[in-house]
Amino acid sequence: MIGAKVIAPIVLGILMLALWEGIVRAAGIEPYILPGPILVAKTLIADWGTLEPSLLVTLRITLEALAAAVAVGGLLAILFSLSRWVELSLFPYAIILQVTPIVAIAPLIIVWANNVELSLLICAWLVAFFPILSNTILGLRSVDPNLLDLFRLYGAGRWRTLVDLRLPAALPYFLGGLRISGGLALIGAVVAEFVAGTGGNASGLAWRILESGYQLKIPRMFAALMLISATGIVIYLLLTWLSHLLLRRWHESALPES
Amino acid sequence: MQLVGVRGVSKVFANGVEALANVSLDVQAGEFLSVLGPSGCGKSTLLRLIAGLAEPTTGTIDWSDDKGRADLGFVFQEPTLMPWATALANVALPLKLRGVAKSEREARAAEALDNVGLKGFMRVWPRELSGGMKMRVSLARALVVKPRLLLMDEPFAALDEITRHRLNDDLLELWQASGVTVVFVTHSVFESVFLSQRIVVMSARPGRVSADLAVTTPYPRSQAFRTSAEYAAWCRQASSRLGEAMAA
Repeated sequence: MIGAKVIAPIVLGILMLALWEGIVRAAGIEPYILPGPILVAKTLIADWGTLEPSLLVTLRITLEALAAAVAVGGLLAILFSLSRWVELSLFPYAIILQVTPIVAIAPLIIVWANNVELSLLICAWLVAFFPILSNTILGLRSVDPNLLDLFRLYGAGRWRTLVDLRLPAALPYFLGGLRISGGLALIGAVVAEFVAGTGGNASGLAWRILESGYQLKIPRMFAALMLISATGIVIYLLLTWLSHLLLRRWHESALPES
Repeated sequence: MQLVGVRGVSKVFANGVEALANVSLDVQAGEFLSVLGPSGCGKSTLLRLIAGLAEPTTGTIDWSDDKGRADLGFVFQEPTLMPWATALANVALPLKLRGVAKSEREARAAEALDNVGLKGFMRVWPRELSGGMKMRVSLARALVVKPRLLLMDEPFAALDEITRHRLNDDLLELWQASGVTVVFVTHSVFESVFLSQRIVVMSARPGRVSADLAVTTPYPRSQAFRTSAEYAAWCRQASSRLGEAMAA
């Protein structure tokens, strides 16, 4: 069945690409309107010298934002689970950060941070941290009450209960949040760069897309777009694999379907 | 000799529900005592009060000596195992929480698993175990601290009859071998008669003690006891007490 799971989407993908190329050629569509996949691939190779540094910039911001989201989201969740007062005072503000559109606050952050890369990082982090926070809080609370009683019966303190009971119980929820945040960190990094509209050498893939649009280099725009998609897919696959690795021995989500 | 005494205990929950009303009960050291009653009679609440997991609204729980709740085993209705830990780590948990060194707690946990008939299942994960085996692991975890009082809250209610009978037999063996005092909560007349020396029958809403029945058949109680006329007579007696409790 794993064969079919991999082969079916690949076959469909190849068919769609062939159809795309066929339509572009048959209708004689100009490359600055819609380039065919073969031209996009050629452009990707030819422009690799400019695209690769941009890919690395976007990738670095995404991963740094994700790491910061894990650290802040995870720690806040633990703090919330330890103290009801901290949660009651801080959680509304976490929600405000989450519901405010990043495009709307990005200009403000760019002005305040006074450093393009730092402001992109803050934007990407803002988008990425909430799923980790809310999922981890949910996990830390989804503990079997009987197990909590058992820990109490044998005199376990708050810290012991956190380390030996709440954290392992929260792990599947945290990993679910992490998978969402991985994609969001990339989206945040790209969206923020669109707003920031940076030029110069430290530019990410979003700037390459904007630049290609200004210069009507549509094949390069497609190439940059594909790199962003590919990055998102790789991040998702890696996080899925990590989740499987950590949960495969005990959690229902990682069991083979029967 | 009395181990623990429940003295005029009432329990009213925050939502106003009166779970227990003036319950008094003496638990003798070494005895096998069943608490029999319909659902909603507060028998689980009684167990939690004895364990110290909840406080009585009025009345007291008196222990015969200063050791109090130091050595307690608790078996829940569900196996209540940590799914991320092996059978061995689950059984060793109470020792870990009490700060026993790793090598010693693993040795004792292995012995406890052995005692419930799960030798060779140390490295197995809970999801790989059947319902009956999970309950055995749960029992081993309660016994690993060598408790003087074992509190059991309808532990076998969710199991099939064949598994339940086998676990009843093994529980009696463990009880006789260890000398532990058992308070066993159940809603099954047959189970309470087979297991216990004494059955306390409770009525519901609010929970009160309505009868105290001694089952004098000597141990060991074998498979033959299950089908004997004597067993049937005890069951009839316990049933009618339960009927009176529910009519009251």
